Amino acid sequence: MPEAHTLPPLVAANGGLRRWLSNLLYQRRNLMLLLMLTPPLLWFGVVYMGSLLTLLAQSLLTFDEMSMSVVMEPTLQNFQSLAVPANLDIVLRTLGMAIAVTLGAIVIGFPMAYYMAHFARPWEKGFFFVGVMLPMWASYIVKAYAWTVLLTQGGVIYWVLNRLGLQGALEFVLRIPIIGGDTLATSNLGRFLVFTYIWLPFMILPIQASIERVPANLLLASADLGAHPWQTFRTVLWPLAFPGVVAGSIFTFSLTLGDYIIPQLVGPSGLYIGGMVYTLQGTIGNIPLAAAFTCVPIVLITIYLAMARRLGAFNAL
Amino acid sequence: MLDAVTFKEISRHYGNIKALDRVSFTVREGEFFSMLGPSGSGKTTSLRLMAGFEQPSSGSLALFGQEASGTPPYARDVNTVFQDYALFPHMNVLDNVAYGLMVRKMAKADRHALARDALAMVALPDHGERTPAQLSGGQRQRVALARALVNRPRILLLDEPLGALDLKLREQMQVELKLLHRKLGITFVYVTHDQSEALSMSDRVAVFNHGQIEQVATPRELYHRPRTRFVADFVGSSNVIAGNLARALTGDERAFAVRQENITLLPAGTAGTTGGIQTEGTVIAVQFLGATQRVEVQVGDGANGHIITALQNESETQGAQSAHLAAGQPVALQWSEQHMVVLDA
Repeated sequence: MPEAHTLPPLVAANGGLRRWLSNLLYQRRNLMLLLMLTPPLLWFGVVYMGSLLTLLAQSLLTFDEMSMSVVMEPTLQNFQSLAVPANLDIVLRTLGMAIAVTLGAIVIGFPMAYYMAHFARPWEKGFFFVGVMLPMWASYIVKAYAWTVLLTQGGVIYWVLNRLGLQGALEFVLRIPIIGGDTLATSNLGRFLVFTYIWLPFMILPIQASIERVPANLLLASADLGAHPWQTFRTVLWPLAFPGVVAGSIFTFSLTLGDYIIPQLVGPSGLYIGGMVYTLQGTIGNIPLAAAFTCVPIVLITIYLAMARRLGAFNAL
Repeated sequence: MLDAVTFKEISRHYGNIKALDRVSFTVREGEFFSMLGPSGSGKTTSLRLMAGFEQPSSGSLALFGQEASGTPPYARDVNTVFQDYALFPHMNVLDNVAYGLMVRKMAKADRHALARDALAMVALPDHGERTPAQLSGGQRQRVALARALVNRPRILLLDEPLGALDLKLREQMQVELKLLHRKLGITFVYVTHDQSEALSMSDRVAVFNHGQIEQVATPRELYHRPRTRFVADFVGSSNVIAGNLARALTGDERAFAVRQENITLLPAGTAGTTGGIQTEGTVIAVQFLGATQRVEVQVGDGANGHIITALQNESETQGAQSAHLAAGQPVALQWSEQHMVVLDA
């Protein structure tokens, strides 16, 4: 038998103010919750949602072209002018790129996330996490500028392709309408590469997290029941990883919709939504139309989420 | 008859760890074959090799006489019931059961009809529309069974399928599995660490230890004629007596086993008055188990000391002197020679 030893006495239940306070908070859970949640709710409710709603409210104000100033007169004119061909072009150009970047990030990110979640040994996993996130520690502007150097004629990519004798293939690709252009740096393809590079971590990490929650036994069971690898992917892995794909694509989709720097640095001319908002609110001062443009990504993402919901992305939540 | 599974000199290494070390055995077609052993003994690795989830590092594995190493799981006539059931959480029960038929491109109406039959067979006819999360552990177990059996496998692999169930349900499922086996006539390979489960259900049992097989035998043979110390101890917990005490009692240095229930306890000092092997010791613990009582006796001390456990029927000890056994009491032990099994190792 171990020798009996005396334990220090339990602290008296009502000794001192601190003790009184912790007893109170322990017994009144709601008070505790109130104290914890009030600051974030104030921040979220007033500073965050409040300013967003103020912004949206401005989209209903009138911009007087003559005096170049905002008049407090409610109107739907700003939303109507979104449908003007020049503005609609901007919306569709941005939307097309956001969809392409999202799909590209899924195609590149999914296999990597799968490897990280199911095969990587602990040290490999650490390596991958750092590798995926390391670029995010560098300034976004620096990375975007670095890409212009990589993509430009005489840049690294041209040099490598020349060395491999693939300049013909590159020229062929650049002649394809829409994705092509005079050079990589001024093509939509180049812009797509930069966007995909910049937002890729936001796709990989959520997919990795969702695949990690898929028990390996489910994949074995699928094979055991006769499913070929592709069938297992389509019927088990993909549906179960889909919430992560949706989460990641919300990031890549909305970040691309809102970006206004990469389109200026890489790719052909033609404004994106972000650039248009920047122009409208800065030089022209047409805050109402800028606010109307801001509504576009919100509406698009809402539509996107509704579609994802119909596809069952949130069933597992 | 063909052998369903043939292991020939199979090893499976993970780095430096030998999960299986040159193991050879066969499973006969149609039999209920159990692989019994403590965790890490290689039984689950053997099952995974049969399913095709892993490949042997060396040696050859044949299913029904056909070399199977290298054949992926989806090309084997083998289905598995997983320990954690591994039901697909995003499908309802009916689609789970119909999964194997779906990936074989069977029409929806046909596969659902067969899945419903399979669910009826495991006594869950009305649960098709539920999701696995809405089922109890025992029901999930049945769904996993139906999902495997609907594919009409030639071998059903069961990986500790009852481990997560409570005792009563487990006993009920044991009976049902046994009935199912008889009804279907296919080969069952059953992994368990529960020796009573293995003994009560199987036609033959392979006892695994440290990546090797200690003995493959019928349950009765294992129980009455254990070949090794490990089997004697693990299957039904015999007393293994070795070394000096063995020599003192039998004049032979080889270790032997005596089952707990074959040891009779007598008042101290009566040794020598009846036949058989006898010795004396001191009671160190008495454990009341309901129908039986378990008495641990210290015989000898130091390097020669053994703790010998005797199991007494409660009904027989009623009123007898041994009913009042208590720790510290001297006691005589006696067993007949026919109950001793000399061990190989």
